[in-house]
Amino acid sequence: MNMSGREKLGLALIAVALIALPFVLALAGTAWVRITNFAVLFVLLSLGLNIVVGFAGLLDLGYVAFYAVGAYVYALLASPHFGLHLPFWVILPIGAAVACIAGVILGAPTLRLRGDYLAIVTLGFGEIVRIFMNNLSSPVNLTNGPKGINRIDSFRIGPVNFSGSDTIAGLVFSGPIKYYYFLMLVLLAVIVINRRLQDSRIGRAWVAIREDEVAAKASGINTRNIKLLAFAMGASFGGIAGGMFAAMQTFVSPESFVLNESIMILAMVVLGGMGNIWGVIAGAVLLSFVPELLRYTVEPAQMALFGKLLVDPEVLRMLVFGLALVFTMRFRPAGLWPETRHRREMNENRA
Amino acid sequence: MAETLLEARAIDKRFGGVQALKDVSLTIRSGEIYGLIGPNGAGKTTLFNVFTGLYPLDGGEVLFCGLPLNLESPHQVAAAGIARTFQNIRLFGNMTALENVMVGRHVRTRAGVFGAMLRTGAERAEEAAIRRRADELLHYVGIADRAGDLARHLSYGDQRRLEIARALATDPKLLALDEPAAGMNATETAALRGLIEGLRRDGLTVLLIEHDVKLVMGLCDRVAVLDYGEKIAEDVPESVRANTKVIEAYLGTSAH
Repeated sequence: MNMSGREKLGLALIAVALIALPFVLALAGTAWVRITNFAVLFVLLSLGLNIVVGFAGLLDLGYVAFYAVGAYVYALLASPHFGLHLPFWVILPIGAAVACIAGVILGAPTLRLRGDYLAIVTLGFGEIVRIFMNNLSSPVNLTNGPKGINRIDSFRIGPVNFSGSDTIAGLVFSGPIKYYYFLMLVLLAVIVINRRLQDSRIGRAWVAIREDEVAAKASGINTRNIKLLAFAMGASFGGIAGGMFAAMQTFVSPESFVLNESIMILAMVVLGGMGNIWGVIAGAVLLSFVPELLRYTVEPAQMALFGKLLVDPEVLRMLVFGLALVFTMRFRPAGLWPETRHRREMNENRA
Repeated sequence: MAETLLEARAIDKRFGGVQALKDVSLTIRSGEIYGLIGPNGAGKTTLFNVFTGLYPLDGGEVLFCGLPLNLESPHQVAAAGIARTFQNIRLFGNMTALENVMVGRHVRTRAGVFGAMLRTGAERAEEAAIRRRADELLHYVGIADRAGDLARHLSYGDQRRLEIARALATDPKLLALDEPAAGMNATETAALRGLIEGLRRDGLTVLLIEHDVKLVMGLCDRVAVLDYGEKIAEDVPESVRANTKVIEAYLGTSAH
């Protein structure tokens, strides 16, 4: 794709802003860097789910299962639990591969299902994985049950440990800042991969299945394999995000992977605009930050106004959340930033 | 005499207690336009769906290019060289016209996930070839100027053409058209007729279901007539037109 000078300038400005962002946030407190990191993690998850839901049109309500698989793979291979301490660049691909296999295991029996029925089965799958994590502590203690696994290794590249701070040229690189940069690199790779897939033979086959499965079959698409591929790809992204989650938290337990998380990720995809990568990113950022902003502003605001806490921030958060979804569905049913790639690209090609 | 392209032998298809197709045998020869007509509910579309792998058959077999056709899955039928259109147009509405045709190239191309992720040289070359071929086909059916428009925004006639282009993109040996003239006005029908005649000139074999008897009789080399799931005639149009069984099927038995 050829870019105009203005687009290049715009991209350069965004890049500079993203590079400077953690240091600006660090001024407000390291907590904000951490919040940003989790927002990026959710962007990764949404982009993974977008392949399944947005491109291929398969409604998956158990996506968090793959996130859990990736997180537990990392936890088991880099913690005192089994005494294994593999480096992260070995574990992340393993996590992606295991999640990918889980994706195929989920996909295979659900191939004939669509819409609501598929949603119910995937929802069940997500719960099954969580319940497994919760109960695989005996007879062999695999997951340590509800207590979870702690003291998970942080990332380490040579002498640089992501759990501590380093000072380079007067700048303090705290742990979260290092993770931020790593996440940004992964995000960049995932966006590039997503865009390339979208404009490929496979990406078109996914969208064709979403649009009309019978016509896709009759046009020579092996819908079984192509759907499995969508599940596998989406799951791999979830697995990688899960691995990074485990390393950042240094602790995983089944309660991080409840149904609510799946629904949250799905809401990000739907709110942003199914199928459109930029819309999905916007949706994920919005739904990650708004609750945090509320958490930090609602309480002080109420104290200043009324002198006492009238509404719990958590309650307000769900209210705003629900309203946002209702209004989106009412006024922008295709999402805030719906998929418009087709025409735009065509025009570019003709110009 | 031209060689046989498709041979159906004693096809049976039941839906519960309804015998939709009974012992239907027919042969389609290479390079001809073969018409399939019959009153409503005679089983024309059912036969189509059997040929293209959408319905499993209950008896009989289909030979294509002399080999048994695997009717287990539609994509294998497409790979073998049978492409189809649908009576009620089925396009990928939210994809552009060009992309619809590009999807049709899927079965003749190879690039996988890793090729796409890495944008290998082979993948880019294949992608360019897909685009080029899709562009050619849009020109061929005469809607190249609509390439960038979403399929669902196309006019009815253009959608029909787009469906044909998508089917042609699979490089078929046999193109099966399910009532392509349905809902078209006289001008559109005439244009469609020109298009189908062009396909025959270019060496393609066409299987045509159509209600417009004038179109079928004018266009087809041979015609088969189905009635209540049975083939009652198969011959050149002139003989079929004179066949008493056919007249009865369409007009009813004369009162005595």
